[in-house]
Amino acid sequence: MTLASAPHRELGLTDPEYDGICERLGREPNALELAVFSLMWSEHCAYKHSKKLLRMLPTEGPHILMGPGENAGVVDVGDGLAAAFKVESHNHPSAVEPFQGAATGVGGILRDIFAVGARPIAVLDSLRFGELDSPRSRYLFEGAVKGIGHYGNSIGVPTVGGEVYFEPAYEQNCLVNAMCVGLAPRERLIRSAAAGVGNQLVLLGARTGRDGIGGASVLASAELSDEDESKRPTVQIGDPFEESKLVECCLELLDRDLLASLQDLGAAGLSSSSSEMASKGEVGLDIDVSRVPLREADMEPFEIMISESQERMLCVVEPARLDDVLALCERWDVRATVIGEVTGTQHLRVFDGDELVGDMPVDALVDDVPLYDLEPEEPAEALYPQPRARLDAGASPAEALLALLSSSNIASKRFVFEQYDSIVGSRTVRRPESADAAVLVLEPDGGSGALAVSIDGNGRRVACDPYTGAVEAVLECARNLAAVGAEPLGLTNCLNFGNPEKPHIAWQLTRAVEGIRDACLALGVPVVGGNVSLYNEGGEGPIYPTPIIGMVGKLPEPRTVPRTAFAAEGHAIALVGMFEPALDGSELEKLRGRLASSLPPLDLAAHADALVRVRAAIRAGGLPTAHDISEGGLACALAECCVAGGIGARVSLEGDEAAVFGEAPGGVIVAGPREAIDSLEGAIVIGEVGGGDLEIDGVLRVPVSELRTAYDDAIPATLAG
Amino acid sequence: MKFGVVRFPGSCDEVDALMACRRFAEADLLWHGDRDLSGVDAVVVPGGFSYGDYLRVGAIARFSPLMESVIEFARDGGPVLGICNGFQVLCEAGLLPGALLPNDSLRFVCRQVEVMVENPGTPFTRACEEGDTLSIPVKHTTGRYYAPPGTLPDEQVVLRYAAGHNPNGSMDDVAGVCNEDGNVMGLMPHPEHAVDPLTGSADGGRLFESLAMVPA
Repeated sequence: MTLASAPHRELGLTDPEYDGICERLGREPNALELAVFSLMWSEHCAYKHSKKLLRMLPTEGPHILMGPGENAGVVDVGDGLAAAFKVESHNHPSAVEPFQGAATGVGGILRDIFAVGARPIAVLDSLRFGELDSPRSRYLFEGAVKGIGHYGNSIGVPTVGGEVYFEPAYEQNCLVNAMCVGLAPRERLIRSAAAGVGNQLVLLGARTGRDGIGGASVLASAELSDEDESKRPTVQIGDPFEESKLVECCLELLDRDLLASLQDLGAAGLSSSSSEMASKGEVGLDIDVSRVPLREADMEPFEIMISESQERMLCVVEPARLDDVLALCERWDVRATVIGEVTGTQHLRVFDGDELVGDMPVDALVDDVPLYDLEPEEPAEALYPQPRARLDAGASPAEALLALLSSSNIASKRFVFEQYDSIVGSRTVRRPESADAAVLVLEPDGGSGALAVSIDGNGRRVACDPYTGAVEAVLECARNLAAVGAEPLGLTNCLNFGNPEKPHIAWQLTRAVEGIRDACLALGVPVVGGNVSLYNEGGEGPIYPTPIIGMVGKLPEPRTVPRTAFAAEGHAIALVGMFEPALDGSELEKLRGRLASSLPPLDLAAHADALVRVRAAIRAGGLPTAHDISEGGLACALAECCVAGGIGARVSLEGDEAAVFGEAPGGVIVAGPREAIDSLEGAIVIGEVGGGDLEIDGVLRVPVSELRTAYDDAIPATLAG
Repeated sequence: MKFGVVRFPGSCDEVDALMACRRFAEADLLWHGDRDLSGVDAVVVPGGFSYGDYLRVGAIARFSPLMESVIEFARDGGPVLGICNGFQVLCEAGLLPGALLPNDSLRFVCRQVEVMVENPGTPFTRACEEGDTLSIPVKHTTGRYYAPPGTLPDEQVVLRYAAGHNPNGSMDDVAGVCNEDGNVMGLMPHPEHAVDPLTGSADGGRLFESLAMVPA
C-alpha cells in the first residue's frame, strides 16, 4: 500500500502507530480492526497525550468509594448513601450541531452515572461561547441551552446550576461541559469489569444506527475547520425518552441484583465499552454483530462496532439470571439482546454470524496504547490578542459598575436557567442564582443533611497564568461550597485545551494540571475522575485554556443555608475569608481591552485556612446572606446581593479601584444581624443593608432599580438584537 | 383515603407526586400497563413526558390501558387531578375542556409563580378560600391554555395566574380548570413541588390536603 493513501491516516493514526498495531497483532489489521484501533487509540479514548500528566493528581481520600477508571467517581456521603459524579465535554459535536451536541452530552454523562448504579439527581453545565454580538455565538448558545434543557427536562433530572462565559477565543470552538451527580444506596454500586467466563453479554436500549460513526477520532481528536458541516453525520442524535426507560430499567435490574457488571456505550460505541469491560475483568469477549438490533439493515460489521448511537448500555449477566433480566427489560419496554459472551481468551473477537471478522488482544486496545510525553515550552509572546475595549477610559465608577453588570459574563443567566427544570426530584433547596452552590437535600433518600454542588472555571484567567488560574478555579469551586457551609468530598475536572502537540499548549496543560494538583493537596480534596478535551482550536487559534472544576460537598443543616439576597434593613455587611483583589485578569480589565500576562501569586495554605473559617462562619447558622466575590469584584458582588434582595446597601471600602472592582479568590460577603456578624472571627465589617441605593462611600451611588435593569435585561436584550 | 399516582414510561414527577400525597394520606404508584386501579380513592396523573410526548403532548398516554380505567373512574365521579403533562393527558382524553398549546415564548420555562384560587368549591380546593394566593412553580414548554369561546364557564376556572405571573400566554390567565361536575381538575403549575418551605413553598400542599378531606 502507498502511505499517501493509507487508510489509517484518514482515521487519524500516525505511521508509527500503524506499525505498532501490526506489531501487536503480528500482522496487518483488517478494515474492521483498523477502525476499532483508530478509535481506541484516539486521544479521546486513550488519553495518549494527557495520561502521564494526570497521574500527578491526588486520587485518594477518606470518602472515596470509587476513583478514576470507573464510569464515574463515587464518594461516601453517610447514612449508607453514595454520591457518584463526573463532568464530561461535548465540545466538538456542539460546535457542529449545538442542540443535538449538547443534548447528547447530557445523555452521555447521565449514562456514566447510572452505569455505576446511581440515580442521576442533578445536572450542571459549564458553557463557553464567543461574544454574544456574533450571530454564530448566539446560534450556538441558544441551541446548546435548548439541547441541554430538552434532554435533562425530558428525563426528569433537574439542572441545578452551572456557568456561562463569553470570550472571543471560543468563537469557533465553543465548550459544552456537563456534570451529573447521582445517588445510590452503597450496596447498589456496581463496577464495569466483565467477569465470569460463559456469562452472557447483553446489549440494552436503542437500536444501532449509522449516527456518530467516527465521533471520537474524526471529531473529538482533531482541530475544527471550515468544512465541519460535512461532519454533521458524526454527531449523534439523542432520545431522552429511550434513556428515561433505560435509567429505570437498569436501576431496577441492579436493585434486584441481576447484573454482574454494567457499562455505558459512549465514544467509540461497542468497541470501547466491550474492550474496557474485558480489560478491567482481565477476560476476553466474543461479540456477534449479526445479533445487534439495527436501525438500518445493511450496516457493515465495522459500522456496528464503532457506531455511537445513543441510549445503549452493555451488561454482563449470569446465564441463570438471563430470563429474569429479559423479562424485566420487556416490562420497561427496553430492548435487550444477547450479543455475545465472556471468554477466557483475553481477546476481543468479533463475529458476523459464524464468520470471525476481527480478533484483537484486549491489552493492545486498552492498556498497551502508545503514550506520548508532552514537550511543553512557555511561549515567548502573548498567545491571545487583547480583547476589544467596550468601556470608555473616562467612565465613572458608577458607569463601570453598570457596564460590568450588563456584560454578558456577569449579567443574570435567568435566560438560561429558566429553560431548565431545576426542581424535579424534590431535593433542590437552593435554585440557580439564589445561592453560590446548588443545595440538594438528602432526606427523600433517607440521608441527613444535604449535598452542595458547584462547577467553576475561568478560562481568561487561566490564559493570563495557567498555573495560578487553575489554582483559582479549584479555590472558587471550594469557596462556592464553603459559602453554603459545605465541606468538599471530591473533585472532578474537565480539561479543555488546544492541540497538545503544540509546545505552548503542552505548557498550558502542564502548568494547569500542576495548579489543580497543588490546590487539591492544599485543600485535601481528591480527584475522583474527569475528562480531557484536547484539540479545541479553530482557524483563529486555540481556545483559552479552560480547566473546569466540579465539586460535591456535604453540609449538615439545609435549613440555614444562606442566600445571595440581602435579607433585611439594618443587617451588617462583612467580608470573611482572604481577599487581596487586583485588576489583572479582571472583567473590568477585559472591558477596557486589556488581557494581563500574569496573575498575582497566591498563598495556598493561607487560602485553605481561610476557607475553613468561611465554612465555620456559615455553619454557625446566623447568616441569612452569603455571596462569594468573583467576576467584577466586591462592587458587583454587592450589587448582586442588592438586586436579589430588592434592597440597597451602604459600604465603605479602603483602597483604590482594585478594592472596588478587583478580583481574587477567597473573599465572601456575609450579612446578618449585628450580633451574628460580631461573633465571626476575623470578619471585617464594611457596611449595612438598607435604602434603595447601593452606595460605596466616595465612589459610587446607584439605585437598585438601575442595577436590576442592567443585570436582568442584558442577555435577553442582546439576544433580541 | 388512598391516592393512586399514575406512572407512564417517561413520567418525571410521579415520585414527587407520590411523596406529596403521602404527606396527607396513603398513596401508591399505578402502572400504565395495568387496568386495575387497586381500589384507590383519588387518581393523580403526574407531570413528565409520557411515552416521550411523541406525536403530541399527552396524545399517546390517553390510550394506555390504565387511562381507560381512569377515564371510567372519572365518569363515575372519582376525583382525578392532572398536573402539567397529566393536565395535557386529561384534555386529550376529553375529561377536561380546552387544550394546551406551546408557550408564547416557544421555550421551556421553569419559574415560581403565584396563582389565585377562583373556585374553592371543588374537591381539590376545599382547603382554600376564594382569592387565596398560592406560590407554586411551573415548568413546561406546552402550557398555554386555550378553550374556544363559550366552552369554559367561569365556575370551571379553578386557578388563575396572578397579575404579571402568566408564564406562557394562557387565555385569561387560566392556570387550572375542572370539568362540569367538578371531580376532574387539571393545572399547569406543579403543586407536588410546593409541599415544603425548604424546597420553596408549602402552598401546593393545600390541593392534596383538600383531596385528602374527601370522605373515603
